Amino acid sequence: MTDLALRPTSAGIRRARTTWERVDLPRRATLAAAVLVVLLVALLLFFILSNGIALFTASHVSLSSVINTNWNPDAGAQTTFGILPFVTGTLGVMLVAALIATPLSIGLALFMAEVAPNWARSITRPAMEVFVGIPSVVYGWLGITVLVPYLRENWAGLGFTLGFSWFAGSLVLALMILPTITSVAYDVFLAIPADLRGASLAMGTTRWQTIRHILLPAAKAGLATAVVLGMMRAAGEALAVQMVIGNRPVMPTSLTEPLTTLTSQITLDMGNTVSGEPWNQALWFMGCVLLLISFLFVLLVRRFGRPGESV
Amino acid sequence: MSIIATSRRVGAFALATAFVVGACSSSATTAPAASAAAPSAAAPAGSAAAVNCVSGSITASGSTALQPLVAAAATAYQGHCPNATIQVQGGGSGTGLTQVLQGAVQIGDSDVTAESKLQPADAATLVDHVVASQGWIMVNNPSVTGVTNLTTDQAKQIWTGAITNWKAVGGPDQPIVLILRPQSSGTRATFKAIVLGGAAEASGQALTEDSNGAVTTAVEGTPGATSVIGFAYYQQNKSGLVGLQLDGVDASVANLANGTYKLQALGNLYTKGQPTGLTAAFLDYMLGPEVQGTIIPSLFYGPVSK
Repeated sequence: MTDLALRPTSAGIRRARTTWERVDLPRRATLAAAVLVVLLVALLLFFILSNGIALFTASHVSLSSVINTNWNPDAGAQTTFGILPFVTGTLGVMLVAALIATPLSIGLALFMAEVAPNWARSITRPAMEVFVGIPSVVYGWLGITVLVPYLRENWAGLGFTLGFSWFAGSLVLALMILPTITSVAYDVFLAIPADLRGASLAMGTTRWQTIRHILLPAAKAGLATAVVLGMMRAAGEALAVQMVIGNRPVMPTSLTEPLTTLTSQITLDMGNTVSGEPWNQALWFMGCVLLLISFLFVLLVRRFGRPGESV
Repeated sequence: MSIIATSRRVGAFALATAFVVGACSSSATTAPAASAAAPSAAAPAGSAAAVNCVSGSITASGSTALQPLVAAAATAYQGHCPNATIQVQGGGSGTGLTQVLQGAVQIGDSDVTAESKLQPADAATLVDHVVASQGWIMVNNPSVTGVTNLTTDQAKQIWTGAITNWKAVGGPDQPIVLILRPQSSGTRATFKAIVLGGAAEASGQALTEDSNGAVTTAVEGTPGATSVIGFAYYQQNKSGLVGLQLDGVDASVANLANGTYKLQALGNLYTKGQPTGLTAAFLDYMLGPEVQGTIIPSLFYGPVSK
């Protein structure tokens, strides 16, 4: 009787296990997820590149009319798709934003990681998280209702006659990338072995000397990664920047003057151009350039992040 | 802010029409459901408007300038015909033309003709339905006092950058801040063709904003600013703007309809091939007395005679 009762059970278990092992669902599911993501990225790249390249292959627009400072997409025979104002605008807005945000973020990360008592950390960390969650349109809205009028009314003497300016765009962006740089830098500082701090302090250094001569050099590679990640976010941001920079398609000349960026021009024109016309393809090509910029950043991050090269 | 105002306007209007024209003529198959859904069906059924109800679901997309009109007409039509679903999206004239060409939507709204945007072979597959005329008005920031009218020539000099101070046209000694729409915009193309005679705007000295709403905000906030916006947007934001006459003609719906105000263009709804089913019924409704006689003037468009 006991034999009869046991046999089907054990057989059932064995059969279930073999089926489970043969199918190996978790492995297949994760593999499928990985393949899907790689496939999506590949398709996305193919789509953007093929649309962008069509500007040259299908519409026969010359390279010299694209590597050009004149954006005249609807001028008949004089049509040029000069993208240099947008490329320099994107890089310019991004670099100034990084210049503003980097010292603030690293200072904040140092404070949170090294200086702050627990109660202060328990305020700054959630504050940072809230910062990350604010949608970009809100930043843009604040920019256009508070920052732009403020610049125009109070800093007109410095040249901010319109308010819409390179500086306004960079300031809004700086605020947006601040939490990105801060949170990466914070993790970098936390990852530095406590032995380094202990050894330094045991030699009689002050906290500032430890930070200046031990922690910052040790964190150099990680901090560079943090800044590059922040700049990547800055290069891709469209909405908030577009609302405050005035979108003037000229080469940037001054922090007080309006300019335009790749993302801004793409969003301005994409709804009103039809697929297949050179103008639309020029926008896709601008997307390619944006992609190229972020690839360069990924390369930079990988270089900084290469093991054995910290310090 | 203008979005909220628009939807409130549309909502209020839908309510009003639901009361005025309650009964739906050909909803015999679903009469109980229809009367349950629309309590105003009990209102006087003697109304002349016979709406041809076709059930189904269609989508219109495209021009943001035409969007308030198409959305209001869709809401009113669905008020008559609960079994019809008409989605109305923006996206821009180019998006509307592309999507209707691809068959992604049934109706593509455009401020400009398909011939001016698409390849000739593609444009030939689309059928144009002109449902309204739309007008644009030049607007100034209130700081520009004493300027209430511009001649075509003055406007041209301002927009091409020949005049850069309001003093030259009778205004205060204040720099002109030109606010443009992107080159691809239907508004900009229309203004360029009608007022500028095809001359290029001084975009190197101007600001560019990407929608009627953004332009309105920028003109309201920037001293010395001038731009061009759709009639409906001006009516909703009158308090912060100064609307200008063009060649001494008021920018009014009446002048739009009688043709004396020249800064206007036709609103085109495109279908791929001849429309059928709900699309055809809805386009007929848009040319009917309710839309042409009531909805169009209430939203500051001009009716098209039929």
